[in-house]
Amino acid sequence: MKVAIKINGAQVEAEVEDRLLLAHFVREVAGLTATNIGCDTTSCGACTVLLDGESVKSCTMLAAQADGREVTTCEGLARNGQMHPVQQAFHAEHGLQCGFCTPGMVLAAVSLLAENPDPTEEQVRSGLEGNLCRCTGYHNIVRAVLAAARDAREAS
Amino acid sequence: MIPAAFAYRCPATVEEALMLAADAGEDGKFLAGGHSLLPLMKLRFAVPEVVIDVGRIAELSYIRDEGSHVAIGALTRHHDLERAALLAAELPLLACAAGCVGDPQVRHRGTIGGSLAHGDPASDLPAAALVLDAVLVARGPSGTREIAVTDFFRGLFETALEPGELLTEVRIPKPAGRGWSFQKFTKRAIDWAIVGVAVQGQHVALVNMGPVPMRAAAVEQRLAAGESPAEAAAHAAEGTSPVADINASAAYREHLARVLTARALAEAANRA
Repeated sequence: MKVAIKINGAQVEAEVEDRLLLAHFVREVAGLTATNIGCDTTSCGACTVLLDGESVKSCTMLAAQADGREVTTCEGLARNGQMHPVQQAFHAEHGLQCGFCTPGMVLAAVSLLAENPDPTEEQVRSGLEGNLCRCTGYHNIVRAVLAAARDAREAS
Repeated sequence: MIPAAFAYRCPATVEEALMLAADAGEDGKFLAGGHSLLPLMKLRFAVPEVVIDVGRIAELSYIRDEGSHVAIGALTRHHDLERAALLAAELPLLACAAGCVGDPQVRHRGTIGGSLAHGDPASDLPAAALVLDAVLVARGPSGTREIAVTDFFRGLFETALEPGELLTEVRIPKPAGRGWSFQKFTKRAIDWAIVGVAVQGQHVALVNMGPVPMRAAAVEQRLAAGESPAEAAAHAAEGTSPVADINASAAYREHLARVLTARALAEAANRA
């Protein structure tokens, strides 16, 4: 079937198999490989993207289900060469070790902060429960998300 | 993992979905949020030839106050249930249970209708629907019918829905007994419940204590006969048939059912 998805602001259209997963559409059709495929079983969150601004696991969605909708991947977060505030906070707080979970973790955090701009540490931890860090580097990830929320408050 | 090949259909209305389902017959399967069905398809445990994506039927996503009951469209997502002011006021148990499903990403996709129609005894929402005396509305080739939730779950992944029938609405009477609790015991945050317990008033239901989600009849009878919550909870495992698996033995699940039921009844009493 023909699928058209606006990814990071650019329309991507392709004739694909009906069974193609969104994760594969993003990586192989759109060529955007920041989105990692980790467990492939809806557990680890490495493949998290934003669908119309909300976090979803792209290994558990058909590309067809995203037809006509907007997807944001980690490549789409920066503006005018400036990292997104959540990316900046991950950088400043060293919210990553090997980096494999990072794109999904950042997008899950962007979605979390969109829904709750002023989360407690507990809310950050439960809000990121769908994302696993194989390095177990959660401490700095949580600090980064709290720092991003604080920076946004101070900037506004 | 890649699902087996299938034909994807995307109806815009319930009528169109029912026609597509009638055409597909036993080879067709409805897809809502896809967070139960797609994992099974990727493992090739489910191999439908036609996937009918009802996920875009906007008319089936709503939460309405109907006076004596709350009407919830089958495609209402867990995320929406979790945050709905009407549910926080009238059906806090359902909002809480929906907020316990999976993780935020799953709750952005998964739907109440999909969760109930999947008929998984380890899911959270069936137990909530059971203690809330939900009525499930299904539309099919021969019209619309209402199914009491106590008649809905028939076996492992098996419900009262006939082939070609689509669950369209969940009707939940506003509960008389206001005390409620939802207990979910997991090893890790996003896991399915090893055992779970839902309580609303004097109603008690169990998650993952047999092939179907079930009411804890022995506990309810003893509460109705005037026994204390602690005494009644000691009978929570009666009439259950829990599986033994990688997470727990059957005996451990029975123990959890008793402990969690006691906790749930105590919490519900505090909230009543």
